[in-house]
Amino acid sequence: MTETDLKQATMQYVTRLGDDSIILSHRISEWCSNGPFLEEDLALQNVALDFLGRARMYFTYAAELEGEGRTEDDFAYLRDERQYTNLLINELPRVDFAHTMARQLFVDVFNTLFLQQQLQSKDETLAAVAAKAVKETRYHLRRSHEWTLRLGDGTAESHQRMQNAVDNLWGYTHEMFDVDALEQQLIEAGIAVDSAALRPQWLEKVTAILTEATLTVPEDSWVVRGGRTGYHTENLGHLLTEMQFLHRAHPGVTW
Amino acid sequence: MTSSISDIPVVSNAWAERLQHRQQSQVPELWDMLDVVNDPEVPALSLWDLGVLCDLHKDEYGKVTVWITPTYSGCPAISTMQDDIESELARAGFNDYEVKTKLAPAWTTDWLSPEGRRKLREYGIAPPTQSACGNASGLTPEFGVECPHCSSSDTKRLSEFGSTACKALFQCNDCHEAFDYFKQI
Repeated sequence: MTETDLKQATMQYVTRLGDDSIILSHRISEWCSNGPFLEEDLALQNVALDFLGRARMYFTYAAELEGEGRTEDDFAYLRDERQYTNLLINELPRVDFAHTMARQLFVDVFNTLFLQQQLQSKDETLAAVAAKAVKETRYHLRRSHEWTLRLGDGTAESHQRMQNAVDNLWGYTHEMFDVDALEQQLIEAGIAVDSAALRPQWLEKVTAILTEATLTVPEDSWVVRGGRTGYHTENLGHLLTEMQFLHRAHPGVTW
Repeated sequence: MTSSISDIPVVSNAWAERLQHRQQSQVPELWDMLDVVNDPEVPALSLWDLGVLCDLHKDEYGKVTVWITPTYSGCPAISTMQDDIESELARAGFNDYEVKTKLAPAWTTDWLSPEGRRKLREYGIAPPTQSACGNASGLTPEFGVECPHCSSSDTKRLSEFGSTACKALFQCNDCHEAFDYFKQI
């Protein structure tokens, strides 16, 4: 692979990571003023902000790698759903608090493992972002872990809602461990994380937490994929409509 | 009331290295000059105290370059900090300057100056407990962060996340005041 190819591949990979971060950030931010109580409302916005910060770092870096004068805003606001390459789990609606926390648990456990590997990336910027994010993720995971226990091992109602959430989301977790040709090249170059290798540890950790929360680990009976190639659920278009509206209505607006 | 752990004059290695770096600088007057630039969200602290001000340099043509680092990935204050430093440099008569942001090494609360920890407490925010006090995980404890108002250690955590990304929320069981705790990270 030539240096230009490598740069181009890295740019696409970094955009994926940025897409995951911004879409999840936006979903979590929808809880603003809708949280179950004030402290939880604040906590969710803090987590959303951490993901937004990651998105900005990734998009800024992707723009730099691309070298065509685009900015982080172009990546966030001026791409349509087929150009977004986030994992589907991040775009699913928040539904209820149980769904939000179950997704957070799956993603937080994944990120704990993923970022630990990204620290070793030969790409200095990716390693630097990971060094910041890995510390924040420890806080995220502790909270989603605690909420999973509280809801799973709580009332009959909270248990049922948490189990429904786990069942509804389970088929979207497999995509987190897919490695395509682009990522394979970058893994070989020491830049990308081999996420396929993380599944056994992820499953072990998630199984332990769900079991502790008296929840049942679902069987792997169905799988949905497509985010990395731009095939999304219906939900992403609605999300982008809201997220991009201001920028598209008033291009380049600042305040 | 037990004596405060933060009264014990122990500083982190990370802080000692920062201080040494500043003391060995060729342009001590620039560091001193920027001591007046405070954190926009916790104005009791200077950017130096907070550890956000990483390095500065003046080249042979007189151009000043300042490096800062964000606390959290999503720190919304970073551009304000950048503006504030630029204003201060302009006010001091510099024409050629640049404020750059760098990500590595990642910011840590170990970079807080001892002075900064004291100022935080005076401002009503409990400074981070250091790993030396048995908080091995480094995460926010559930109990026992010293109340910045009455110094009681009989306190409880209300929320892991507080009014900004860098804080958690506590309440004192003695004076009943709620207070922010600057999370260790």
